[in-house]
Amino acid sequence: MNDAAESPRRILSQLEVLESEAIYIIREVVAEVERPAMMFSGGKDSIVMLHLARKAFAPVSVPFPILHVDTGHNFPEVLEFRDKVVAQNGLNLVVGSVQDAIDRGVVREEPNGSRNRIQTPVLLETAEKHGFNALLGGARRDEEKARAKERIFSFRDEFGQWDPKKQRPELWNLFNARVHLGESIRVFPLSNWTELDIWEYIAAEGIEVPSIYYAHEREVFERNGMLFAANDLCRPRAREKTFVASVRYRTVGDATLTAAVRSDADTVELVLEEVASTRITERGATRGDDRVSEAAMEDRKKEGYF
Amino acid sequence: MDLLRFATAGSVDDGKSTLIGRLLYDSKSIFSDQLEGVERASREMGSEYTELSLLTDGLRAEREQGITIDVAYRYFATPVRKFIIADTPGHIQYTRNMVTGASTADLAIVLVDARKGLVEQSRRHAFLVSLLQVPHLVLAINKMDLVGYSQQVFEDIRREFTEFAAKLQIADLTFIPVSALHGDNVVDRSENMSWYEGASLLNHLENVYIASDRNLVDGRFPVQYVIRPHSSKFHDYRGYAGKIAGGVMRTGDEIIVLPSGLPSRISSIETADGPVDEAFAPMSVTVRLEDDIDISRGDMICRPHNQPRVMQDVDAMITWMGDKPMRPGAKLGIKHTTRRTRAFIKELQYELDVNTLHRDESATELKLNAIGRVRLRTTTPLLADEYLRNRETGGFILIDEDTNDTVGAGMILAS
Ligand SMILES: Nc1nc2c(ncn2[C@@H]2O[C@H](COP(=O)(O)OP(=O)(O)OP(=O)(O)O)[C@@H](O)[C@H]2O)c(=O)[nH]1
Ligand SMILES: [Mg+2]
Repeated sequence: MNDAAESPRRILSQLEVLESEAIYIIREVVAEVERPAMMFSGGKDSIVMLHLARKAFAPVSVPFPILHVDTGHNFPEVLEFRDKVVAQNGLNLVVGSVQDAIDRGVVREEPNGSRNRIQTPVLLETAEKHGFNALLGGARRDEEKARAKERIFSFRDEFGQWDPKKQRPELWNLFNARVHLGESIRVFPLSNWTELDIWEYIAAEGIEVPSIYYAHEREVFERNGMLFAANDLCRPRAREKTFVASVRYRTVGDATLTAAVRSDADTVELVLEEVASTRITERGATRGDDRVSEAAMEDRKKEGYF
Repeated sequence: MDLLRFATAGSVDDGKSTLIGRLLYDSKSIFSDQLEGVERASREMGSEYTELSLLTDGLRAEREQGITIDVAYRYFATPVRKFIIADTPGHIQYTRNMVTGASTADLAIVLVDARKGLVEQSRRHAFLVSLLQVPHLVLAINKMDLVGYSQQVFEDIRREFTEFAAKLQIADLTFIPVSALHGDNVVDRSENMSWYEGASLLNHLENVYIASDRNLVDGRFPVQYVIRPHSSKFHDYRGYAGKIAGGVMRTGDEIIVLPSGLPSRISSIETADGPVDEAFAPMSVTVRLEDDIDISRGDMICRPHNQPRVMQDVDAMITWMGDKPMRPGAKLGIKHTTRRTRAFIKELQYELDVNTLHRDESATELKLNAIGRVRLRTTTPLLADEYLRNRETGGFILIDEDTNDTVGAGMILAS
């Protein structure tokens, strides 16, 4: 992103401004916090965030561990991608396993089989075990209405809880990272990015993302108006017929809950076109979990979810 | 495409959130599932029409009380510009959240209810907007539908506000009569107010010129982080990472490092994508120098003939955001650029009445949301400019060292 200097008026494009802001935020965390870690799910936002972290410290490698909360409900392509990225960049990967926590009796499987909610205690336990007092996350404010309310440096109490009615003032780009022992900060360098910004950046920077973000043929079935992949994690019920369709994923989450969208966009240019013209949000199109109630996300965030 | 950040402001219920909802709706920036969610919530609340304010009032407590509590950020784009909106709360209790949203804005829209005219909270917010030096202000006179789209009402409020604004530092002021509820002059020019000859709000937002709002004169580079690889490949590498806070820095420039005063020259300005010839705000870069000098986070790189002040006695306007009042004698943490130190409140010079702009010199404390002028002394010097000259090097926050809360925002004055 180096075109700015050529502009005589010295105006940065919105992508350049967002990139610079994110790099500043990530550096600020490392400068101010003793033990930060960066959440990495293998999804597009965390991939972009990691890319920005690498830029922030170049030529030195990323100076913090990468934390993956593994729900055990993964798309194999995404897990492979994670391992490849970790190996290529010599990253220090810390995994918090939901399956392991279930086996140890720390959390209990929910009746609907989703591990979205029970990953929160696993996240908190893993962060505590490693003494992480700041976690960088790839959440964006444009994703959801509770996220639209969150600070860039978001204070969490000793239970990892977010209190939307007691957020710290946050002025200019003077971030307050101070916490007491046991408390922590969640930091969102991509707060001001939209889904379209993310894809424009992926295109501009030539960033690789897991193949499931591009259109491919897949055996799917329809449930609640959404298309789910038919596989071991997600089996069609009696009246749900499977069929093969050209689909892609707009988000990557718990594989039992994350739906695909019909799409022929098999290149980054086509995905960009599709995202620019879509009339439905990425979570609305793909997440079964947000449909539980109007305030599902707010409630999960109050419990310590990202 | 460039980016405009704007914030709403004004008294409770004057229609800020509705205006943002209308702006998003009429510019076709709302996703169908979001709209369905808002329609459903409006029905459940027993409303006859779709409450567009629910597009930003997303918290459970906000919907229960029908008010905005904290800033909501929304994003939209037209073929001309990308926009970041901060929809802030009007209720006095949440003033600090309004300040949060306005602090990064290029433009603020202060709403006034046409039926009520200017109230104390409109004045407070307009004053805060000028104190924060938000470069552009739009006074949107809203609910024009409830006053028969009367030009007289508009002119009266315009006159009254112009008088008030004369006492503030506002560089660019625009008045627009709107109906957020019905969309008059929001995206399209209103047919109900043919007497109004200006632009619609969106048109104004698309065209307001912001490129000259930054300081491109005083070279300021607060060192954020020192990059020093511990590998043989980059044996002698030492880079100073940070975001340019003012001016233009070029390769080959003579510089001086503060507070040490040691001189050197910029050998290169680097980014992960390679070197650049020059850097300016708000670029994040890594600056390298010809000489090996001791530099750490919180130091500032600037030009020898254009330096910030090195100050330990600081005069500043403070907006107090702590639940406990601020009193002279208080010891607080302070964060200014990338520097963290401690400050002692030496003197409260006056508290400002936002209604009359009267200075109360007998004030002994600043309560939550109060604004006043203080003198403080820091334990290590700040490398600072007057806030009027540079928002980046003139602003600071105060932190309560017991609770770790951010309790104040300061804007440095020329002394
Ligand atoms: N008639 C009319 N009503 C309006 C207009 N704009 C807003 N309202 C109504 O005024 C009420 C308050 O609107 P909000 O948008 O929630 O006000 P607000 O300024 O965001 O309030 P806070 O964020 O709580 O400070 C709602 O019932 C709106 O429908 C308008 O232009 N005309
Ligand atoms: Mg509101």
